[in-house]
Amino acid sequence: MRLSDLPRGTDAIIDHVDDHAETDPVARRLRELGFVPGEPVRVVATAPLGGDPLAVRIGFTRFALRRTEADRVVIHPVKELA
Amino acid sequence: MTTLNIALVGNPNCGKTALFNLLTGSRQKVANYAGATVERKEGWFTTPGGRRIRLLDLPGAYSLNATSPDEAVTRDVCAGTYRGEAAPDLLVCVADATNLRLHLRFVLEMRAMGRPLVLALNMIDAARRNGMEIDLPRLQAELGMVVIPTIGVRRDGARELLAELDGTPPPVPAPLPEGTDLHALVRQILSDCVTQSSPLSDRIEERLDRWVLHPVWGPVILIVLLFFMFQAVFAWAQPLMDAIDAGMGMLGQKIGTLMPDGVLRSLIVDGVIAGAGSVVTFLPQILILFAWILVLEESGYLPRAAFLLDRLMSFAGLSGRSFIPLLSSFACAVPGIMSTRTIQNPRDRLVTVLIAPLMTCSARLPVYTLLIGAFIPHRNIAHFLNLQGLVLFGLYAVAIASALVVARVLRWRNADRQEATLLMELPAYRVPNPRDLALGLWERARIFLLRVGTTIVSLTVMLWGLSSFPAPPAGAQGPAIDWSFAGRIGHLMLPVFAPLGFNWQICVALIPGLAAREVAVGALATVYSLGSGTDTDQAALQLGQMLPTHWGVPTALSLLAWYVYAPQCVATLAVIRRETASWRVVAIAAGYLFALAYAASFLTYHIARMF
Repeated sequence: MRLSDLPRGTDAIIDHVDDHAETDPVARRLRELGFVPGEPVRVVATAPLGGDPLAVRIGFTRFALRRTEADRVVIHPVKELA
Repeated sequence: MTTLNIALVGNPNCGKTALFNLLTGSRQKVANYAGATVERKEGWFTTPGGRRIRLLDLPGAYSLNATSPDEAVTRDVCAGTYRGEAAPDLLVCVADATNLRLHLRFVLEMRAMGRPLVLALNMIDAARRNGMEIDLPRLQAELGMVVIPTIGVRRDGARELLAELDGTPPPVPAPLPEGTDLHALVRQILSDCVTQSSPLSDRIEERLDRWVLHPVWGPVILIVLLFFMFQAVFAWAQPLMDAIDAGMGMLGQKIGTLMPDGVLRSLIVDGVIAGAGSVVTFLPQILILFAWILVLEESGYLPRAAFLLDRLMSFAGLSGRSFIPLLSSFACAVPGIMSTRTIQNPRDRLVTVLIAPLMTCSARLPVYTLLIGAFIPHRNIAHFLNLQGLVLFGLYAVAIASALVVARVLRWRNADRQEATLLMELPAYRVPNPRDLALGLWERARIFLLRVGTTIVSLTVMLWGLSSFPAPPAGAQGPAIDWSFAGRIGHLMLPVFAPLGFNWQICVALIPGLAAREVAVGALATVYSLGSGTDTDQAALQLGQMLPTHWGVPTALSLLAWYVYAPQCVATLAVIRRETASWRVVAIAAGYLFALAYAASFLTYHIARMF
């Protein structure tokens, strides 16, 4: 499952970030911003007119990112965060 | 003792500039979004112990792998490879204590620079309020560097940092082993040193964002905010403007009666007071506009507005990242164009630079206000909407729509399928500090009045000279100004602008508007004041009442349309040249703006004449 498929308000754990090209600056930047394996993530909002971009919370930080960017982030959902 | 060279580095929006201002006593722009600082700023101060410090404020960076021009500056200065800048003796790494998971990674990355390093743990007060307990001694041990708590927004918030600078310089931290997983290390450090007592979901951001970023309520809130901004600019400023206007009128009258009739009196009354005085009148409006912009900047709302508008921007082939530079351009296109340095994609950046002049800058506000006040009836629609405010809102809206279309065309011409990136941090909300707001507004008022006192007075005096000389030959018919240089220039330009419904007086007023758009108002005042003969000087300041007797409504609307595009601003063209290093881009910007302005005015004039 990818971050772009995660419904709003659902918690998930990041598995890894895919590179879309040989050297993918977007994927690299995502990792630098903390999109790393094991990190809990949640979609807090989707924008009007088609739900692109997304606002996600990761750690203490919130980021806005487009679906094409969120596509690179592979996640696995968690049932309930204890 | 030699001067110590220190650089402030850290993630965007961690409060580097607030600390810089606190230490050096400067007033650099601070705002609550990533990328408020886009170039290095230098300041000097002396520590309590008498050590002389040269402090550099650097643009925020998420990583040393720079992805935008502003991040590259930070990387190069830290590495000592920036041209004309010696490597700093000490790096003060700044981290937001409420956002350590993100910020500590960069701190650890900085260890690889091999320079003396201390960590300023900023916003420590906010972290405590959020229920965070940070074990400082342990953090210091695990990070391998001195950690100093700071509060950038409090007067004594840098006391411990100053004490540290007076002591022996900190050592160069040992580099981390090759291939260390920085994120894992940060996670380890955080779990060792930080305890969080209240859950994340209780944070104010969570609750506010549910509304502010909502797919339906979010845009509604945005539109209401912007709409009230324009209503406020028009309705609230009016009493103050009337007061200033009346004051200037009295001053002109007083001087008019005190001084003997002659060239000097004409210079002061028709040139300085009528010209520059009529521009000062707009100070309240400009301050109200800036108050709104400052509050929006400080609160953390702007990046959220960028999030809501990203879709609209993507229609134009841009990303939400272009939103903040474009919004800054509502104040003035010059800082707006400079802040495009935070845009990673070079093509996006170029397009943003080209459309920034279409955002209605505050210098156009006096022109709009004058014309709307003179030609649009003061009437309320549906009890609470002011028609004049509505027209103003419409002018801004047309400009924005045009910018989107232009961007679209530019993107289409440069068919480049490179992905436009957004990836933007949404900062914590903050209540704007009244002292900062007051300082910001004072700074604005100072800049505006300085501009009036220098550029605008000299331009109006110059225009007065051109409009007064040469004097008409003895026995000449008609107003004296027809014989002057300005009159002749105006008549020379007339064939080009007559199809737009402009008369020669407007043509004359367009010229000094090249240096400062708001001068067009003062210029009209001077030209009409001189043209009206010597006995009606007092009427000069009532330009708004006089204009409808000279122009028809189609001419006024046509001039409004002209100023929506208003290609004439030398400062904007100069900054475009500096930021793009290309005269071609300057020519494209000036050319397309002129063409749009001409076409829009032409259509407006001819359509309006049909009614």
